[in-house]
Amino acid sequence: MEKILIPIYNQDIAPRFDLATEVVILIREAGNPLPEERMMVLPQASAEQLCHLILSDGISTLICGGIEEEYFQYLSWKKVRILDSVIGPWRKAADLFMEGRLKAGDILRKRRMEGLDGA
Amino acid sequence: MPIAHITELFRASLDFQKFLDHIPMGVLIVNPERHILCVNHGFEALTGFSADQALGLPCRDILRSRQCMLHCPVQKALDTGETQSLETDIISRDRQRIPVRMTIAALHDNQGKTCGFIETLEDLRPFRELGEKQRQAYSFSKVVGRSPQMEKIFQILPVLAQSDASVLITGETGTGKDLVAEALHQSSERSRGPFIKVNCGALPETLMESELFGHMKGAFTGAHENKPGRFRLAHGGTLFLTEIGDLSLSLQVKLLTFLDDRIIYPLGSTKGFPANVRIIAATHRNLEAMVKEGLFRQDLLFRLNVARVHLPSLREREDDIRLLLDHFLITFNQHLKKSLKGYTPEALKILLAYHFPGNVRELRNIVEYAVNVCPKNTIEISHLPAYLTSIAFSQESAPEKSHPAFFSPQATEASWNTVERQMILNALVQAGGRKSKAATLLGWGRSTLWRKIKQYGIDA
Repeated sequence: MEKILIPIYNQDIAPRFDLATEVVILIREAGNPLPEERMMVLPQASAEQLCHLILSDGISTLICGGIEEEYFQYLSWKKVRILDSVIGPWRKAADLFMEGRLKAGDILRKRRMEGLDGA
Repeated sequence: MPIAHITELFRASLDFQKFLDHIPMGVLIVNPERHILCVNHGFEALTGFSADQALGLPCRDILRSRQCMLHCPVQKALDTGETQSLETDIISRDRQRIPVRMTIAALHDNQGKTCGFIETLEDLRPFRELGEKQRQAYSFSKVVGRSPQMEKIFQILPVLAQSDASVLITGETGTGKDLVAEALHQSSERSRGPFIKVNCGALPETLMESELFGHMKGAFTGAHENKPGRFRLAHGGTLFLTEIGDLSLSLQVKLLTFLDDRIIYPLGSTKGFPANVRIIAATHRNLEAMVKEGLFRQDLLFRLNVARVHLPSLREREDDIRLLLDHFLITFNQHLKKSLKGYTPEALKILLAYHFPGNVRELRNIVEYAVNVCPKNTIEISHLPAYLTSIAFSQESAPEKSHPAFFSPQATEASWNTVERQMILNALVQAGGRKSKAATLLGWGRSTLWRKIKQYGIDA
């Protein structure tokens, strides 16, 4: 069983780990291609509480946006795999992760350029 | 990457990208949907995201500022139509949390329609580092003390800093009135504004009026140009009037008028200037006594005395002397790159017994001198200023020599006035109330004794 945690902001990956108030936990069982999704609303935004949740819940992978070095190092030290600076809808990130194609720093959002779009 | 141009500003169209790159702070331009259209080099350096990575994405995803997650400032700028400026933090691509000042202004097309926003990001790290240094110098925690009197002051200062009320700081010389005034300013919402200090006793009355309120060109002979005055310079900040007790009565009236109306009238001007200034006043004088003597206006005292901070003398907070001795030893060790361990018991005895008429300033100077002079690891008696050791010797030998009855152990730690008063009382008691005998005992003439009795209000 593998657990993946994504801090989210509406339909997107939360731009900041420390300010996320909602997370989705994906539980992937061996042999089951569709992971179980569990949403959690946190009482307040706190990087410390999120770290505690990740460790106490046995999360093996964290997919997030911006994360401070301090928390990144701490979770890495605790053997949590971190894919940070991922930008875009969390479902797309989850799908790519399940396919083994997600990397840290991936931008999954369609770009919209005013001058170029309209032209 | 697209290169945008501004037309009609110059004859040739302006390369907007290059123009932005010259600005020494992060700049980004977003459309009304908050998608990034353009960023400069400063932005790339600050956030760690290149223009190629950032363009076309919602600014929230790239900026990753605290404010974006709480209340989008661009939305606020759109709703209010006003420029937004706020302090927040961002998380850069290399996972650093960077304090920034973010300013957002709407961009309008030639019909006045909002076509986007320009956001600037100012890295506040250098200011924060500077602020740390300033905090070390001015913060409440650096007004050192653990005596009950100081604890009370530490409790009240943060509250006063947050209010905009006038503050009157009283206390003997060297107790830290200036430090407290500056600390109040630094901790207040006006801290980004100016802190202007005026010594009310430093200039003659006429010059002081012009100095405080400014003058217009031609207001008096020699007024060749307009002068803004300290009140105007302190606009948006704090004006610290030190030695307020030395302010002349006529200027007291002008100050009173300002405190009522908040408008200053420069000399020779009929047009007032509404100055947004917080007044902090300080004095070592007893203003209540001055009011009784008619030297200080009572109504001005009432207006200044909205909040009062009385800084106790070092004699009243003897518990703090040891603490301050160690504190300044550490400070000067760092400043002078020395590694003195402390004081010998003998030196400490002299220092703890001294009454410090110059209060913390004097103590600080004594420690600075000792740290400078001491070539060893520990400060000894010989490293203390000579006047301290001579006082100590005279105190040790004096009781046996001349006036055994007139000195008591407490007297050595009190101010000279208290000691002298006690001496007179003791002499009078010893002389059975006869002034001439008391004067002989004291080694004074009768008239001197009479004058001193009157001075100290002794009912003899």
